[in-house]
Amino acid sequence: MTAMLEVADLGHTYQAKDGAHTAIADLSFTVGTGELVCVVGPSGCGKSTLLRTISGLIRPTRGEISLHGNEVRGVPDDLAVVFQDYSRSLFPWLSVQKNVEFPLRRSLGRAERRARAAEALEWVGLGAAGRKYPWQLSGGMQQRVAIARALAYRPALLLMDEPFASVDAQTRFELEDLLLKVRTEQDTTVLVVTHDIDESVYLGDRILVLSTSPASVVADLKVDLPAQRDQITTRESEAFVALRAEVARLLNVGKTSEEVRARREANEQQAAKWAEAERAEASRADAEERATT
Amino acid sequence: MAGFLVIWELFGRSRLVPPEYLPPPSVVAVELVKLLGDEAFLRDVVATVLAVLIAMGLSAGIAVPLGLVLGSVASVRHATRAVVEFLRPIPSVALIPLAVLLLGIGPETKITLAVYAAIWPILFNTIYALDELDPLLVETARAFGAGRVRVLASVALPSALPFVLTGIRLAATTSLVVIVSVELLEGGSGGIGQYIALARSGAGRMDIVLAGTAVAGVIGYLLNDGLERAQRRWVGWSSVTGGRS
Repeated sequence: MTAMLEVADLGHTYQAKDGAHTAIADLSFTVGTGELVCVVGPSGCGKSTLLRTISGLIRPTRGEISLHGNEVRGVPDDLAVVFQDYSRSLFPWLSVQKNVEFPLRRSLGRAERRARAAEALEWVGLGAAGRKYPWQLSGGMQQRVAIARALAYRPALLLMDEPFASVDAQTRFELEDLLLKVRTEQDTTVLVVTHDIDESVYLGDRILVLSTSPASVVADLKVDLPAQRDQITTRESEAFVALRAEVARLLNVGKTSEEVRARREANEQQAAKWAEAERAEASRADAEERATT
Repeated sequence: MAGFLVIWELFGRSRLVPPEYLPPPSVVAVELVKLLGDEAFLRDVVATVLAVLIAMGLSAGIAVPLGLVLGSVASVRHATRAVVEFLRPIPSVALIPLAVLLLGIGPETKITLAVYAAIWPILFNTIYALDELDPLLVETARAFGAGRVRVLASVALPSALPFVLTGIRLAATTSLVVIVSVELLEGGSGGIGQYIALARSGAGRMDIVLAGTAVAGVIGYLLNDGLERAQRRWVGWSSVTGGRS
């Protein structure tokens, strides 16, 4: 299997007013073509930073990222992102169809764009909803639109940032199965960032377990489950339960030692700070990009 | 509205004020119908409406691009802040003498003054709209390879549109007020204001004055109503997604 994504010695430090925060210490991993890899880690461990560096939205302070052999500098052409907050990542003034067409506007003519968008909406079971507006759809359906938009782009790598964290449990199961279905059908390489252990085991071919911040890879686990997953039988299978326990142990879940709790609280506080530093960074990156073009 | 007219009628017919000062609405209505058949008056109405429309077009054409620049480039906004805060509170009517000196008493004077007054609501609404722009929408567009210009044109501008249209709606009323005021005070360029001023100073015909005033009110109402409809039609999404306007 060839590597679609290679991350080598990645590190990122935010410069904030009150000192520097190292979000990512030293990350190295690869994602093979056609693989679905889940990155799981405690909240505030730098998962979003990882995702933003891979997608080229921010430039890492250390290390290298390459997508099918090309080093990532700026936003790669064939990469799509699905964010957690679907209600804020769909354009409310565009219909569902136009939202899906949005990333295709640069490269394709109108007829082809329309056909591709319709096809992608069909994949996610929203073939009839193209003329509606995002706010006329339920949360789960909105996230399907975001997934359709990413798929219509035919990305070499699909990045998903906590994609199902904002929908109810039932919808989450549906969307997980939808993701597994379309990625098999479309043969997409996917990297899902999540804090949900069960989800990472259920979706992944591989799981990367991250440490608390600054993030580094604690374990790279192969998921030994049949390719065809099922919300009930897979989740009750011995292999699933064992793997889930292993991930949980690696993440220190349930340990209530003072040290762990204090560290977690500190992390959560830092997470808020980083979010801010990150935003500043993003606009700086934007400015740099402007300067170079 | 009916209650207001009844009270006015009773007040006008009572002996509390001389009927020449405040003629009752029945008298004004008759005069209004006569005015609507008067070509000179209609020409003045057209002159005023046209001036308002030109002023709105110009102020939107200046304020929206300016607002986009000031709203998205913080350094420019900081650099121009003092000038903006100095110019903004100056009532445009106070600039009449200066404008007349520079531009004469033709229509360009009242249009210029109206543009001066109308720029502010549009400018500030546009800047405010860009402040409110959701960073995740921008990030989404950027993640799909949209560059700076495309983000501005296809994300920032549509997202700002509800605020911008509200600004334009406020600007319409403002420019009507300024244009009628300049016509009243300065004359020379036609318009309802001048018609009213002549009716008052020459014959002291308050019925004509009030009829003209009523027409100005109707113009204002229609402008506002038309723009409200446009807003509902074009940016209906904003009222559903969280009262963005």
